[in-house]
Amino acid sequence: MPDEIRWEIAADRDVVQARQSAREQAAEAGFTAGDQTVIAAAVSEIARNILMYARRGTITLRVDINDHRRGIIVVARDDGPGIADIPRALQDGFSTSGGLGVGLPGSRRLMDEFEVQSQAGRGTTVTMKKWKRHG
Amino acid sequence: MEVPILKQGFYLIASIQSALTDEDLSQLREALVERVGRLRARGVIVDVTALDVMDSFAVRTLRDLAHMTRLRGAETVIVGIQPEVAFAMVQLGLTLKGVATALDLEEGLEFLDRSGRERTNRA
Amino acid sequence: MSTKERPSPSPQPPPSQQETAGLLRELVSHLRQNRTQLREEWARRITRAQLLTAMTEEEIFAEATSVYDNYVEALETGTFEALQAYARNLSERIIPRGVETHEVVGIVLLLRDVLARSLFAKYHEDFTKLNRILDAYEPAANRIANTVAVGFVQERERVIRQQQEAIRELSTPVLQVRERLLILPIIGVIDPQRARQLTEQLLRAIRTNRAKVVVIDITGVAAMDGNVANHLVQTVEASRLLGATVIVTGLSPEIAQTLVTIGVDLSEMATVGDLQGGIEEAERLLGYKVLPLAEVGSQS
Repeated sequence: MPDEIRWEIAADRDVVQARQSAREQAAEAGFTAGDQTVIAAAVSEIARNILMYARRGTITLRVDINDHRRGIIVVARDDGPGIADIPRALQDGFSTSGGLGVGLPGSRRLMDEFEVQSQAGRGTTVTMKKWKRHG
Repeated sequence: MEVPILKQGFYLIASIQSALTDEDLSQLREALVERVGRLRARGVIVDVTALDVMDSFAVRTLRDLAHMTRLRGAETVIVGIQPEVAFAMVQLGLTLKGVATALDLEEGLEFLDRSGRERTNRA
Repeated sequence: MSTKERPSPSPQPPPSQQETAGLLRELVSHLRQNRTQLREEWARRITRAQLLTAMTEEEIFAEATSVYDNYVEALETGTFEALQAYARNLSERIIPRGVETHEVVGIVLLLRDVLARSLFAKYHEDFTKLNRILDAYEPAANRIANTVAVGFVQERERVIRQQQEAIRELSTPVLQVRERLLILPIIGVIDPQRARQLTEQLLRAIRTNRAKVVVIDITGVAAMDGNVANHLVQTVEASRLLGATVIVTGLSPEIAQTLVTIGVDLSEMATVGDLQGGIEEAERLLGYKVLPLAEVGSQS
């Protein structure tokens, strides 16, 4: 399994590729079928977000294995307009695109850890992680 | 990639075979709406058994489809949503509210028959 | 370390890595040479401290031997993977025997002490040397104690989680009472993990059984907070996506209040007072006619 996979998101075909690949990685890392779907959905939404707001960006996916647990870390980066008010963007029900996509709150609900770094005019970086449950 | 659309009596059945791009989904919606009009179909079944993820675009497109076909007198049923997909959808907050859903093709056909009868009774 | 106070040595330059390695080699060879009696001393201490009471003397001796050897090997190689693997292995074996964490930590610390004492005995005439040997020994010994203890605790947690999972599976059966009708009685406390498991189980069952109606009975649910209520709503929605109608029964006024507070539109969720009523409603939806017994005979 490669260390890190990266996808360029510039067209809607890339969204499909990114999410299918994410699902494969999740499967290889041993996530349950349910979690694979969840991870694929989160990647799909975040990729779609990039297309919608920034027109292009990259998504990288890494599997993190340490002593205690195993997880998938997805980082989505773009050089788009950025988010001026992050807390507001993370609020449920908030979307600047008129109801298209589920934006950040949706993806955040799916993942275990979720972090947004952004500044108006400076692009956006979203880091999200999902950990595999033990047992 | 084009999705094959079959005609069964007064119903149209579209079986999605693999992952679709946004473009493919939009095309499918257009094709179904067009055919409903041209063939005077009374029901549409979209089988999404093969979709392993249903994201916001897919959900929105299917909702639009149902809305548009209803305007033309046809009821749309989505069948075959996988358990994991359903789970991810509700967590994402994506509901197919206002769109009929059924377990599989068989159930979908039964639903269309039933709702067809109900409409006739009411008319 | 030991409660005896060591007189502070005259200031010495810190030992080089080579020196430390040399010291460790020396002490490892001492521990190997005196293996038999040190191991016995240790086993005696274990019994005196009343640890590992769940095991027989033969078993203690057998385990003591391998722990001792792995301990010394870790000191020698300075690597801990083998020790970690051994610790997990050991834990897997002794946890079912009922050995507890304090016992495992206890015996490893006892071994550390027994070995330290023997080092005192050997080098007591040369304080400088003794200090250097202990400088080499202590960090390694502490790391070993840590490795074994943590390994044990992790293994224990894993076992507990497995058991909890098994209990959850058992305690939340999805029952098929009729064709196309499933009942899910939920009893007890629901944590997010369990709630998730319930939903997954239910959705799979809906598909396998081709259920059209599901009755979720929450009469036995102890308490419901906003999160769990949310989960219930999600379960209802997800079931609908699979073409099944959900009837929730056993809603207490308190829980109904919680649902309303989090914004659930109760008119969207079919609710019936009790399980029996819910089943009847389900049967009605499925097209079954429920006849009182008296009429059944005259029906044919």
